[in-house]
Amino acid sequence: MSHENAHDGPGNRLLVSVWVYLLILTAIEVFLAYLQVFRTEVMLLILMILSVIKAGLIIAYFMHLRFEKLSLILSIIPAGMLVIALLFAFFPDSYRVLELRP
Amino acid sequence: MADVNQQMIPVSGWDGGVFPYSIGHKKLGMWLFLLSDSMTFSALLIGYSYVRVANVNWPKPFHLWPSIAMATLMTLILLSSSLTMVMGVAASRRGDHSATIRYMLLTMLGGVGFIVLHTNEWMGLIREGVRLWENPWGVPLFGATFFALTGLHMLHVASGVIYLGVIASGVRSQRFGPEHVEITGLYWHFVDLVWMFIFPMLYLLSARQ
Repeated sequence: MSHENAHDGPGNRLLVSVWVYLLILTAIEVFLAYLQVFRTEVMLLILMILSVIKAGLIIAYFMHLRFEKLSLILSIIPAGMLVIALLFAFFPDSYRVLELRP
Repeated sequence: MADVNQQMIPVSGWDGGVFPYSIGHKKLGMWLFLLSDSMTFSALLIGYSYVRVANVNWPKPFHLWPSIAMATLMTLILLSSSLTMVMGVAASRRGDHSATIRYMLLTMLGGVGFIVLHTNEWMGLIREGVRLWENPWGVPLFGATFFALTGLHMLHVASGVIYLGVIASGVRSQRFGPEHVEITGLYWHFVDLVWMFIFPMLYLLSARQ
């Protein structure tokens, strides 16, 4: 990729290295599932951390958001995170359902 | 893209003008759609987690071979199709129409491959007796959550392949420019991103011990 539009977005080499990082993270996830050394809860936590990193890489580089104006980033990311966080408001109920079961 | 926008944006003191985000309305529309779509998928995934916590002995039916291996292959295909998509976006920005179309066709091929492998996976599970309301391993909700989540995702992949085909034929007839290709890319990467959550939560956490 030429230098004139380097500021306009990621170059091909960067995109390929992002792809390689995504593959490595996926390989770690599958390897952990193969090992089966963690309890489900711990496994969920590890997998979610890795997946959020992967999602961040995809959004920042593949979806190009890192190279957009800050106003767009601040309009989209906090709104999405807030709504997803609000969905968790119902979550404690699931433990109550578990205890109500005969 | 930036130079096109700079031509359209009137000079203004506050660096925003009539384009506060410095992107076209189509791209902003796609971002807002993806935001709402991410809410749909996160609601489904959190709903799945909810019923999984509320049911003891959630089934863990997936063997490393073939289920997990196939799902890993599907992840690889989807990630690679995302790479060919960004290459297509870069090619269209350079104005290289034939390379754009070639990369978009490769992306579509990845999408079709994903659908074929996943349909095969579904048929295998259905043969084993998994239904929306029952399955051979216990908690009946397993089938409903699995088929709803992967089904909605597969629907997104299938519509993405059709979307890519429409845009690629538009690039060929020079009706659609680089912005259209880039917006299609946004959608395709989002489908990839959703799979990055469905794959660990549905497959890896249900791997047989």
